[in-house]
Amino acid sequence: MPVPPAQPPIASPSHASPSNTAPASPPPLQSPLASVHAALGAHLTEFAGWRLPLRFTSELAEHKAVREAAGLFDLSHMAQLDVAGDRAGEALDRALTGRYRGMDVGRASYSLILAPDGGVIDDLIVYRLGESHYLVIANAANRAPVAAALGERLAPFSVALKDLTGRRTLIAAQGPAAPGIVRQILSDADRSLVDQLRYYRIAPARTAGGTEVLLARTGYTGEDGFELSAPSERAVALWEELMAAGRPQGLVPAGLAARDTLRLEAGMSLYGHELSRETTPWDAGLRHFVALDKGDFVGRAALVDPAGAPLPPRRRLVALSGTGRRAAREGCAVVLDGTAVGRVTSGALSPTLGHPVALAYVDAAAFPAQPAAGTVLDVDVRGRVQPFTVVRPPFYRRPRPAA
Amino acid sequence: MPIPSDLKYTSEHEWVKDPEGPVARVGITDHAAGSLGDVVYLDLPEVGAQVTAGEPCGEVESTKSVSELFAPVSGTVTAVNDQASDAPETVNQDPYGAGWLFEVQPAGQAQGLLDPAAYAALVEAAK
Repeated sequence: MPVPPAQPPIASPSHASPSNTAPASPPPLQSPLASVHAALGAHLTEFAGWRLPLRFTSELAEHKAVREAAGLFDLSHMAQLDVAGDRAGEALDRALTGRYRGMDVGRASYSLILAPDGGVIDDLIVYRLGESHYLVIANAANRAPVAAALGERLAPFSVALKDLTGRRTLIAAQGPAAPGIVRQILSDADRSLVDQLRYYRIAPARTAGGTEVLLARTGYTGEDGFELSAPSERAVALWEELMAAGRPQGLVPAGLAARDTLRLEAGMSLYGHELSRETTPWDAGLRHFVALDKGDFVGRAALVDPAGAPLPPRRRLVALSGTGRRAAREGCAVVLDGTAVGRVTSGALSPTLGHPVALAYVDAAAFPAQPAAGTVLDVDVRGRVQPFTVVRPPFYRRPRPAA
Repeated sequence: MPIPSDLKYTSEHEWVKDPEGPVARVGITDHAAGSLGDVVYLDLPEVGAQVTAGEPCGEVESTKSVSELFAPVSGTVTAVNDQASDAPETVNQDPYGAGWLFEVQPAGQAQGLLDPAAYAALVEAAK
């Protein structure tokens, strides 16, 4: 039984290491929470150039805790880019796919940064912190290309880009118990923020322990929850504050393995899997996040025909639900009448649902229209063809909180 | 978890008890189970199947990955651990005991197996 090396669970090596890097890789970057990982005996892995927890105890237990109580994630590796300048909104409107000038202060927007050919350089969250101040959170593996492209695109507008990665920690508390836990650690003055701050909103806050944080109601798990950005020297104190408040409510530290199965159940795309330089937003079904009518932006010209209508996608992203317990994995072929017509990009046995789930691209040539829910597609799972049913994502939807 | 002294091992991280028979029991090591993470699915050979030493004969899946299971000895499968199939977490909890995978009636001499010290050195070298 070949034992896999401690693999990065959520990035394909082809995207994690651009081909122009030197063969000798530098030592991995350390999270400001490295001492916490060590004290907890975390199983570490190298991911996007960082040394990070794959799991603390059991990824299934961590996954379940996030669905039923709460999990705490160290996301200090994620790129935090500060964008400031009078024309910041206008510049971002040109650089990225969303609308930033018109976005209210305190709001967040899931966005894409495209190459001129329409390929996805990364997916991002853009937060508006002030009239002329934004925070962009990008994937760790894409920190360099995003910073380079963004810096180049902002410069003509005299808008400054500051890479705060490493200087600021990012900690996510995710799960139904997260709001109660975050409320508990906030200072008296800021406690009510938890109730006021709706989904995809951000606000500055101060914890009872005296840490200044940016508190955002965002996440990547399909659950309610928060992401807290703070100066790295406060990382350990903030983590301990959250754990102390949350432990009695079932909060557990959670690693990258659980993060990946949680996002997959939530039907969320992951760069290096569903998103890449070779995919367009149309392929990935992300039309909703591309503001075609806002004016020109990088990548727009490659996405529309001369009349301005969106070009047809080359591939279609589908969500597949299987039976039994044998999971289709990344790379498995989707077959139609004995011919490969697609490829699985992410797949696992869903810990919550107990059956296999997968995301896959199918060729638009074989599927002129998006396959309807209920369509059965065959997947070659390591030599054995198994039927999967197309479903509307997400695979898992959290129960509505009682009114 | 210490490496049991009464077993033989493969470089692919299977263990085998009594490889010379009459019945050789097979499982995966604690190191293998720990590296895979939570085992969620076992695809084991069927009773009566012929397995060949060094050839794949099944799959062990964790949430994050899937690994082929190689037969440590050649022979006929005489039993499969259905309890482990039904509760794959047993492989993580008790890899050398209740988490055994299948039994083989060996055909011929077992070859190329590692003794506990050699396997311990292999695991150490992989760290």
